[in-house]
Amino acid sequence: MHPAPSVIFFTTFSGLGFGLLFFLGLGFPAVTGWTAFAFFAIAYVMAVGGLMASTFHLGRPERAIKAFTQWRSSWLSREAWCAVGALVLMGLYGLGLVFFDARWTAFGILGALLSMATVFTTSMIYTQLKTIPRWNMKLTPLKFMSLSLAGGALLAGQVDAALVLLVIGGLVQIYTWVEGDKALASSGTDVASATGLGGIGTVRAFEPPHTGTNYLLREFVHVIGRKHSQKLRVIALGLMTIVPVILLALPFSHIVGVLAIASHIAGVLTARWLFFAEAEHVVGLYYGKR
Amino acid sequence: MNQPVIDLSPKVSDEVRKTTCYMCACRCGINVHMKDGKVAYIEGNKDHPVNQGVLCAKGSAGIMQVNAPSRLRKPLKRVGERGSGEFEEIEWDEALQIAADWLEPVRAENPEKLAFFTGRDQSQSFTSFWAQNFGTPNYAAHGGFCSVNMAAAGIYTMGGAFWEFGQPDWDHTKLFMLFGVAEDHDSNPIKMGLGKIKKRGARVIGVNPIRTGYNAVADDWVGITPGTDGLFILAMIHCLMKAGKIDLHYLAQYTNAPVLVINNPGQADHGLLMRDENGKELVIDRATGKLTPFDKPGVKPDLAATYEKDGQTHRPVFHQMAEMYLDDQYAPEAVADRCGIPAKRIRAIAAELARVAFEESFTLDHTWTDFRGEKHEKMVGRPVSFHSMRGISAHANGFQTCRALHVLQILLGTVEVPGGFRFKPPYPKPATAHPKPHVGLTPGAPLNGPHLGFTHGPEDLALKDDGTPARIDKAFTWENPMSSHGLMHMVISNAYAGDPYKIDVLFMYMANMSWNSSMNTRGVIDMLTDKDENGEYVIPKIIYSDAYSSEMVAYSDLILPDTTYLERHDCISLLDRPICEADAAADAIRWPVIEPDRDVKGFQSMLCELGAKMNLPGFVNDDGSQKYADYGDYIVNHERRPGIGPLAGFRGENGDQAGRGAVNPNQLDRYIENGGFFVEHIPAGSNYYKPWNMEYQDWAVNIGLYDKPTPYLFSLYVEPMRKFQLAAEGHGDRQPPDHLRERIKDTMSPLPIWYSSEEDNHADQYPITALTQRPMAMYHSWGSQNAWLRQLHGHNPLYLPTKLMRENNLSDGDWAKVTSPHGEITVPVLEMAALNENTVWTWNAIGKRKGAWALEEDAPEATRGFLLNHLIHELLPPKGDGLRWANSDPITGQAAWFDLKVRIEKAAAPDESQPGFASIKSPVGTGPKDLAWKVGN
Amino acid sequence: MTTLPAKTEKKLGLVIDLDTCVGCHACVISCKGWNTENYGAPLSDQNAYGADNYGTFLNRVHSFEVQPEGDAAAQLIHFPKSCLHCEDAPCVTVCPTGASYKRVEDGIVLVNESNCIGCGLCAWACPYGARELDQAEGVMKKCTLCVDRIYNENLPEEDRQPACVRTCPAGARHFGDLGDENSDVSKLVAERGGMDLMPEQGTKPVNKYLPPRPKDEMPEFDVLAPFLQPVAEEPKGFLGWLDKTLEKL
Ligand SMILES: Nc1nc2c(c(=O)[nH]1)N[C@H]1C(S)=C(S)[C@@H](COP(=O)(O)OP(=O)(O)OC[C@H]3O[C@@H](n4cnc5c(=O)[nH]c(N)nc54)[C@H](O)[C@@H]3O)O[C@H]1N2
Ligand SMILES: Nc1nc2c(c(=O)[nH]1)N[C@H]1C(S)=C(S)[C@@H](COP(=O)(O)OP(=O)(O)OC[C@H]3O[C@@H](n4cnc5c(=O)[nH]c(N)nc54)[C@H](O)[C@@H]3O)O[C@H]1N2
Ligand code: SF4
Ligand code: SF4
Ligand code: SF4
Ligand code: SF4
Ligand code: SF4
Ligand SMILES: [Mo]
Repeated sequence: MHPAPSVIFFTTFSGLGFGLLFFLGLGFPAVTGWTAFAFFAIAYVMAVGGLMASTFHLGRPERAIKAFTQWRSSWLSREAWCAVGALVLMGLYGLGLVFFDARWTAFGILGALLSMATVFTTSMIYTQLKTIPRWNMKLTPLKFMSLSLAGGALLAGQVDAALVLLVIGGLVQIYTWVEGDKALASSGTDVASATGLGGIGTVRAFEPPHTGTNYLLREFVHVIGRKHSQKLRVIALGLMTIVPVILLALPFSHIVGVLAIASHIAGVLTARWLFFAEAEHVVGLYYGKR
Repeated sequence: MNQPVIDLSPKVSDEVRKTTCYMCACRCGINVHMKDGKVAYIEGNKDHPVNQGVLCAKGSAGIMQVNAPSRLRKPLKRVGERGSGEFEEIEWDEALQIAADWLEPVRAENPEKLAFFTGRDQSQSFTSFWAQNFGTPNYAAHGGFCSVNMAAAGIYTMGGAFWEFGQPDWDHTKLFMLFGVAEDHDSNPIKMGLGKIKKRGARVIGVNPIRTGYNAVADDWVGITPGTDGLFILAMIHCLMKAGKIDLHYLAQYTNAPVLVINNPGQADHGLLMRDENGKELVIDRATGKLTPFDKPGVKPDLAATYEKDGQTHRPVFHQMAEMYLDDQYAPEAVADRCGIPAKRIRAIAAELARVAFEESFTLDHTWTDFRGEKHEKMVGRPVSFHSMRGISAHANGFQTCRALHVLQILLGTVEVPGGFRFKPPYPKPATAHPKPHVGLTPGAPLNGPHLGFTHGPEDLALKDDGTPARIDKAFTWENPMSSHGLMHMVISNAYAGDPYKIDVLFMYMANMSWNSSMNTRGVIDMLTDKDENGEYVIPKIIYSDAYSSEMVAYSDLILPDTTYLERHDCISLLDRPICEADAAADAIRWPVIEPDRDVKGFQSMLCELGAKMNLPGFVNDDGSQKYADYGDYIVNHERRPGIGPLAGFRGENGDQAGRGAVNPNQLDRYIENGGFFVEHIPAGSNYYKPWNMEYQDWAVNIGLYDKPTPYLFSLYVEPMRKFQLAAEGHGDRQPPDHLRERIKDTMSPLPIWYSSEEDNHADQYPITALTQRPMAMYHSWGSQNAWLRQLHGHNPLYLPTKLMRENNLSDGDWAKVTSPHGEITVPVLEMAALNENTVWTWNAIGKRKGAWALEEDAPEATRGFLLNHLIHELLPPKGDGLRWANSDPITGQAAWFDLKVRIEKAAAPDESQPGFASIKSPVGTGPKDLAWKVGN
Repeated sequence: MTTLPAKTEKKLGLVIDLDTCVGCHACVISCKGWNTENYGAPLSDQNAYGADNYGTFLNRVHSFEVQPEGDAAAQLIHFPKSCLHCEDAPCVTVCPTGASYKRVEDGIVLVNESNCIGCGLCAWACPYGARELDQAEGVMKKCTLCVDRIYNENLPEEDRQPACVRTCPAGARHFGDLGDENSDVSKLVAERGGMDLMPEQGTKPVNKYLPPRPKDEMPEFDVLAPFLQPVAEEPKGFLGWLDKTLEKL
């Protein structure tokens, strides 16, 4: 898949933002007033910014509102509802905290759940796609949610939780890679099933339908070298989990906290880039490319 | 569910205008849908005889062609150096004046100093008429470098040819064998035919080094070694003759197999056919045992009997064939390695031909009468058919190979019979019924007859009194005595060398000679731009008509911009290359379904004007005024012979006559009402056995195809070839130069033979054959200016067989240097498994010169695309005898494109495919960036 | 609407004959021509006359090489591909706006362009690469099965078929109701063993592909030996045979 910056930013930052909102909704940290404002501002910038980024890849962003209509069947539509729900409830909740010094717990809990639901629905957009075996597995939501929670915990300054969640997130990520590498092969879809010609012999894509590119190739076919991706995986994992864990294990200071967060974000961005770049859409089989 | 309501019956168009496609030479009927006076959509015309509604990719993309940004807009006069692309736009008056000023002195003093050559011209009967009236002997279209071997071999052998001049009996054939065809002129009909026979479950055998397209759907693929088809065919002939699996009745009745060959060793008539005092070929009548003219009513020509006279035994042609082809040199085992086909497989195919021809024979209940007056109750069908094109003809042994194929067809008795191969009117027509070449010139007056034709012996050669070639292309000379289509590929190099003489004006029409239609492209560019010691161009003046900004434009001094095919009148005439079917005579027109939005003129209309301006007979009235206002006027009012004009349909004052009839002033309107074409069906029962079927012959006379019935025998033995051999042996007063004697003796066998040109092309050092194929979705160079088509073929890799990929350590996307005895190119490669293991290939004419076709300079056509033409030379590599021999068939002069031998090595990827050429300045700028083409709303 | 109809009245679709397709791209361009001028936004082209040119097409012709086991020659198969109008069309259910839908009456999968936000998700969900986002209009384009031709009363009856089917020179494309067992297309599928592409994706495509017939299976020489049995070994003998045979004619 084409690693479009808009989707990478969207999934990374909305994950972080909603992760932070989750913790805020549950009262970790139990802040109020301007401190709360600061936390909420960061969460909203990330979540809303991420959502805004996602509209960049729309062909018709001015019609984005129509995406709310199909919640019965579409994960993207559900995501839209969850996101709006989470933002509204958390907004009300935050309003209470910042301006009224009141904790409307019900809003908080509901908002927190919706925040996680948003991350879940986002992940389901990818998970549901049988066309991309690397994504089409239960680990995908687990990964999105564990990373969202880990990032949220980091941002929320929940060091202990963050340590645990970072490790879990890292492990899930490793496991996803391991499983993901086998996914296409075990999906049962290959050039033989794609063409139905496997009964005759070994099938190989010959001339593509056009010598130049097209939307499909630009969107779905991105070839990265294996060596390249292994290196990037190490970097991603290091930045996302190992460095923050080490930093958090050090005596806490704000500088260290900020560094841990920065490293984590950089790591998640890298992992997300890989998430797209490594994903092979089965349509590539028709082009002899993965 | 509440689905959106959509309009299921939107208005399709305001109006449909029916005309003829021109995106290739197939000439399908098209429905041009118009909205607001603009072309909105093009589809096939269901009523049209050629395509019956279907349309190929090019045809459907016509809308992008008529609107291409590369269209020329106004006459151009060169202001920079040739090749720079620097032009000044001028008015038509000035353009025609310049042309007349250049041409009039030539005509008055020495008309041969004009060379007028017209590319893939669909108006040859008109352009040749113009050239004839101008008086130059130097006229031809592109057939000489295209597929003249196929045309000439067919006509000399059986009075008709493949190309689009005949077709398999698609409705009855059960085994169809295709040699060396990627696409052909009859593009849609071949595809429709393949579809038909596939539906019936008939077998298709494809003989081709490359398995794509038609060969990919073939049930059996024979991945033959290029250039060896003749051997393969002769081996099958060997097997079939040996097994007696030949149609003896057919051979005896309809061919010259029983005709006696004079046996008179050392004498001037040795090997000629025995004739009576009326020139009729003689056979032995099996009934009487007597020498009898072949066409005497009741004669039973004997294939076996011999005739003794004066101590000599004269044998029929068929005896000679038996002697020749039963020889073990043609046994499958003897040819298998050379052809790259196991002997077993050759036998299996021959056996299958025999089985289908004779075991699956069937009859149609049509009574018919043959030319001897014999009545037949039934028509015997032999459901085996063949088709072939440039794959076998574009070799230096192509004429003989094509002949061999026709002989195979005839031995099986499968030409003009149900289930076999059938001619389309105006064929059948024997070679003797065609004109002979004419070169008799008189300054200021027309030529003494048509330029092109068929030679029947040394007396017909186009030689001057001193024995030197009369034509600039040296057609019809000892170098290529039967060059029926001329030799367009030699014009520029001969004119440049001043051999046989210098010319003053080169006038060309739709031929991209400085690029894809030349061999040795770089060399041609140099010849076009080279100057003599006085600083004048060696080829002094070049006039060119193109519709688009092609590579050739930059090399011309005066550009006469043509219209596109939807903006002009055209005539697809029975006098030329009509659109007939095996069951019908048919012709068609184009008419201006839109008006040009630029200052351009239809080329033919322009010639009417220019002809009149120069007072050419045929183009002026008695009072000196212009005779034909434009081409449309000519099409309607011109008469070749009384009652016969360019169009056969709707003749006579009331438009109710077919073929013959007075001029009908409303003829074009009648064509337009009828969908742009005219069809006259051959009556059932007359539509097979046509060369010998008197009902057909009478019908053909009636509609004006000939003036009297012209039945004839198929020529297994081509006597004119023997005449050239006799001359080479020293007989007669027209004698070939000594250096050509042996070659004429060796190659002009009157019975098909096979010879190799590998040595001439240094195959020992260059062991790989490099080929091109026509992409079905592109027409030569035109497709690249089409925004839709160029997405399909924007560049062209060189395809290598798996073996060569491995040997050279290449993988997909790598680059390789390809070297021939003449040059080298560096190009991207891709692997292909379904390919003869010593053959490489690419799509033809995708590579483009930077600056041409209104493409941007970094267009992939120019940066990754390439031509094989840089590796091909019009001359063979030097042989060390001090002479340079042409890279063409020694009989017809057909350019031997597919004899190209190369070697390959891996190369570092260059920035662009090599050789690179400097950009030429576009006279029309470049196209817009993005398109979203919608005419209506 | 993103939910799929439980059942459609008809299952209109294409049957593509891989044994007959010569790979000419006629269907590709006629589709481009019709659909540029008709249903919805025109199919645009980017960098139309320059480098990196590309555009929207609803139908594309691939080609594949197949190497059989053993030493049989490799085969080449031309392979046209457009929307297969799947019964369980994942492209429909993922659509957040309802722009993608499957018609109840005939099963045609369409995009209602005025509702499409161009999110691309449907194209992600389609395993076959049958959807392309038009770069000029920003909306999703796909094969409409020429819904504006097949019922179009402004067209003569015989022309009420998809543009690609009407134009295919080889007759390799067939259009009809695959829900009706007795339709010509259904019979063809039954006769020739019509197959689904990527059945494991569970999309239940309506369009079917007819597999290539077995290739390079010329009857063996032994079977046909009688056809090539020499009439005589020597040319002399041949002439004797000739004489005898002519007698019988
Ligand atoms: N779409 C399209 N149609 C066209 C044209 C076009 O440019 N585009 N051009 C038109 C013109 S001008 C012409 S002349 C015709 C030509 O039509 P074709 O005769 O089909 O011409 P080519 O594409 O040159 O195909 C030659 C075929 O012969 C094969 N071949 C080469 N050498 C040998 C050999 O030694 N033996 C055998 N058995 N096969 C061999 C090649 O692999 C190739 O498949 O097409 C016409 N039609
Ligand atoms: N390597 C290799 N080279 C080959 C061949 C091959 O097989 N391999 N094949 C050879 C053969 S058979 C042929 S026929 C030639 C073909 O070669 P060309 O005859 O040169 O073919 P085109 O490229 O079509 O060029 C014809 C010119 O006609 C112009 N034209 C198009 N439409 C019109 C019009 O309506 N009016 C006018 N006035 N001009 C128009 C085009 O713009 C173009 O410049 O190529 C030959 N060259
Ligand atoms: S084959 Fe194609 S390009 Fe040629 S005339 Fe027919 S539709 Fe036009
Ligand atoms: S038009 Fe027909 S033969 Fe040509 S590519 Fe399409 S399906 Fe194949
Ligand atoms: S082929 Fe693709 S676009 Fe068409 S219905 Fe099936 S999934 Fe949807
Ligand atoms: S691109 Fe359009 S049709 Fe496709 S899922 Fe998005 S909104 Fe629906
Ligand atoms: S049915 Fe219509 S829209 Fe679909 S591929 Fe064919 S021509 Fe294109
Ligand atoms: Mo040609």
